Amino acid sequence: MVKREVVGAHYGLRDWLAQRVTAVVMAVYTVLLLVVLTSQPQLDYEHWKALWALPVMRYSTVLCLFSLLVHVWVGMRNIFMDYIKPTGLRLTLYAGVILALVWYGAWSVQILWNT
Amino acid sequence: MAIVSGMHRISGAVLFLFIPLLLWLWQESLASPQSFAAFTAVVAQPLMKIVLLGLLWGYLHHLCAGIRHLALDLDFGTELAAARASSKVVLAVSIGLTLAAAVALW
Repeated sequence: MVKREVVGAHYGLRDWLAQRVTAVVMAVYTVLLLVVLTSQPQLDYEHWKALWALPVMRYSTVLCLFSLLVHVWVGMRNIFMDYIKPTGLRLTLYAGVILALVWYGAWSVQILWNT
Repeated sequence: MAIVSGMHRISGAVLFLFIPLLLWLWQESLASPQSFAAFTAVVAQPLMKIVLLGLLWGYLHHLCAGIRHLALDLDFGTELAAARASSKVVLAVSIGLTLAAAVALW
């Protein structure tokens, strides 16, 4: 009989790498965003709106936010794995985080393309 | 110091919990000139400023601790003394940058 486990780490190296790649993407984005924001002559509504409508801003932000969602998933799952022992509760929390992250991703795209 | 490692987890979890607030603020700042004005009023409130500065500290701590983590992965600073020293640098740099941002934004 095959013993099926609904929890367990068979994805260690892949997620270890994903956590680091996404971290680097977000760190680079953070520095670039700081440079862009501090180099703006003024940040009234018109300039603010125009800045976020630039394709390079939209797509780099989508890349950063996608990295964020993957990063949060790996991080929150690690926290739940360490502290939440009952399997049912842990899987419920996993599902909650996944639903929240999908919602945030869709919401972000809506904000960026809402012009 | 294990406290920096624990704070990395806590700051990460807190940042996750505050994503909806940040997305909402970002949305309001872009939706219309009226919502932009409302946004500037909201972020000017003392309580909101404190919350946002707290989140900025969490972000900076998480970022600095993450960079330290990557350095350790690459086998830089893995001796005990160096690792202890760099954890103090993480604390100091993230608090220092947060205070600098607080002064600049206030």
